[in-house]
Amino acid sequence: MEKHFARTEMLPPMAPPVTERGVVKWLRENLFSGWFNTILTLAGIYVIWSLVTAALPWWLNSVWTAESLSQCREIVTATAGEGATGACWAMIRERWHQFLFGFYPQDAYWRPVLAFGLLFAAMAPVLFAGQKRNLSVLLGAVALVLLVTLMPASAPVAVVVLVMALLAGFIALAQVRPAMLLWFTAIYPALCFWLLWGGSIWVPVVAMLGFVVMGGAYLALVGRMGPTTSAVTGVALALVWWLFVDLPLTQVIDGIAPFALAKVNSDQFGGFLLAITIGVTAITFSLPIGILLALGRQSDMLIVKTLCVGFIEFIRGVPLITLLFTASLLLQYFLPPNTNFDIILRVIILVTLFAAAYLAEVIRGGLAALPRGQYEAADALGLDYWRAQRLIILPQALKISIPAIVSTFIGLFKDTTLVAFVGLMDPLKGVTQIVRADIDWKGIYWEPYIFVGAIFFVICFGMSRYSMYLERKLKTDHR
Amino acid sequence: MKKSVFLGVVAATTMVAGAAAAQSTLEAVKARGELICGSNTGLTGFGAPDANGNWAGFDVDLCRAVAAAIFGDGTKVKFVPTTGETRFTALQSGEVDLLVRNSTWTVSRDSELALDFVAVNYYDGQGFMVKKDLGVSSAKELDGATVCIQTGTTTELNLADFFKQNNISYQPVTVADDSEAQRQYLAGACDAYTTDASGLAASRATMPDAENHVILPEIISKEPLGPVVRHGDSNWGDIVRWTYFALLIAEEKGITKANVNEVAGSTTDEEVKRLLGLADSGDLPAKLGLPNDAFKNAIAAVGNYGEIFAANIGEGTTINLARGLNALWTQGGLQYAPPFR
Repeated sequence: MEKHFARTEMLPPMAPPVTERGVVKWLRENLFSGWFNTILTLAGIYVIWSLVTAALPWWLNSVWTAESLSQCREIVTATAGEGATGACWAMIRERWHQFLFGFYPQDAYWRPVLAFGLLFAAMAPVLFAGQKRNLSVLLGAVALVLLVTLMPASAPVAVVVLVMALLAGFIALAQVRPAMLLWFTAIYPALCFWLLWGGSIWVPVVAMLGFVVMGGAYLALVGRMGPTTSAVTGVALALVWWLFVDLPLTQVIDGIAPFALAKVNSDQFGGFLLAITIGVTAITFSLPIGILLALGRQSDMLIVKTLCVGFIEFIRGVPLITLLFTASLLLQYFLPPNTNFDIILRVIILVTLFAAAYLAEVIRGGLAALPRGQYEAADALGLDYWRAQRLIILPQALKISIPAIVSTFIGLFKDTTLVAFVGLMDPLKGVTQIVRADIDWKGIYWEPYIFVGAIFFVICFGMSRYSMYLERKLKTDHR
Repeated sequence: MKKSVFLGVVAATTMVAGAAAAQSTLEAVKARGELICGSNTGLTGFGAPDANGNWAGFDVDLCRAVAAAIFGDGTKVKFVPTTGETRFTALQSGEVDLLVRNSTWTVSRDSELALDFVAVNYYDGQGFMVKKDLGVSSAKELDGATVCIQTGTTTELNLADFFKQNNISYQPVTVADDSEAQRQYLAGACDAYTTDASGLAASRATMPDAENHVILPEIISKEPLGPVVRHGDSNWGDIVRWTYFALLIAEEKGITKANVNEVAGSTTDEEVKRLLGLADSGDLPAKLGLPNDAFKNAIAAVGNYGEIFAANIGEGTTINLARGLNALWTQGGLQYAPPFR
């Protein structure tokens, strides 16, 4: 009789062999999967190890409180022994305010801080259009940061209370009518100008009224004369306002109800205050100009097209440094002596034009990527040119161009350090140089670069993450 | 057609500019209420803002002296930082009234650039710094050495000339600025570092092991540094020049910031009386378009030349420069002021 063996119970499951699980498996698959990769891994480990052993003591021996570089060195020698090196962050501790604000008057630091905080409040409705939750979170964060920073920056209590009330109002408004917040975005440039440069409040207010004139004329005429004519009339009327009405009216109102902040001159701007002022202004204005240039380049109208192509190609053919030298040196020769055409304004204008030319090409790429059918569909719906662009073409074209647009913005922001070459106090070269010119800190090398680099990284990384978020949010295809 | 229109516009603007320039620099400065002085973007001891944004330094004090001479107040001056590239254009275009930014006086700058160097407030020269353990005592022994040198400067050309003349070879290590040069030199990337002797002294003073470095005796170039004004307004040039000379005469006569008022009350020296603009001593400062007590104010604001030197770069400061060529002529130096009469 044959005996059959049949297992009656299951074997307990065993863990996979040690080479097929956990850390070992990950290491084997990812780091040591062949002789070549093994060599690369070992070489990589060696490089990292030597970098860390070289730099780590320098970081660990950091000195935060000292009055000069030589004192830093003494402290490092005393604590870590002869020949040890250490970072001297005491320099940052003594001079951080110049890296952030340049020569801005110290008792007015609350003004740039407030302008910077409100910048986010102004951007919020644009960045998170229709997203109540994100909008409220951002506004709340702005309120919190301003609450903590305004008081140490010596802001008057009334200002803090006012700002908190304003932001609370915004958060409430964000729950019911988020689109209304765009009105704050519209008036923010004037507010920011007033906070940073000071002077009479009526200067920016009356200047902004020029836009009201422009918009009013457009709305009154658009029904009868069509968009192009009424837009041109609006712009013409606004120019008349700015050229002839603005100044006398400002003086009259200022005589009746003077209200002013202490004036701050442009040459007192420096550090990140300067970089962010130039960067944000140029970014804000270069996008609309870039869009118009891109549309102009695609236009059928010969003159418009020629002008746009000529402008774009000229600006793109010239390095930014050349334009900055033009702004600082060449323009002075053509203006009458003793005209005080602000150097920062000159630089902002040329940086804006520079970025606009690049953006125009980026957006043209987006326009070119749209299938012909989209344009024809817009025509078939009977939309006129501006409606077709606004409702159908641009939303798609801009969406395609987001990564490249943000790249241009990041590049533009980093390029603001080039203003050092025309004698402005940018954070990287300008402020670093004056700090090193101080006999106490002469010879310091890495610390200012690391500090400035870290701040630049935070800002640029933030922009980059936002662009990725925006791409995900606007994603409608299923690629 | 287009071109001629453009040229027409240029011509018109130039004429407007020319017409407006007819107003003298002194009048423009007085109308503005402050002097605009082109300064360095930051050079140790010579001109840099401190942690509170107040400018200080050897060149800065000369600007303050000119402001004090015009306004009686050494604080009525605005400093515009200029880079090596922008400095002369800033002066030519009228963005600054006066440039005191350790600029070397050369014939091409005087003629081609249409500038006037009105004085030499610091006689500098290019030198070498080496590590002591290199065992070199003269720059002529630097055969085959690697030398750290800032690019695009006259020092680069001087260096080439020097080694060629002495028939020895060297290998340049080019660096962008002083801080990088110092770092490369300390890291051992070059045997010698060359730049103006005053800069070498400042660098050496801040090194962690200053005693291990020596500045070689050879000075291989002449670098007369001084205040610069535009061509065409001689009176303005005279004002700057004589303000500077007033500081020199003050040192010669022992007038200091502290005792200037006392001297003014007690002096019997006729030249001092004329310099300080005392009563019945003529009105020489007024002939320059300045108040009669202009130079008294200048001395009261910043002190005499020797005091400015001692306070910013002289022996006793960390930079610790000897007077050397910048001593008064009575003490074997080159600083010599014409008579004040």
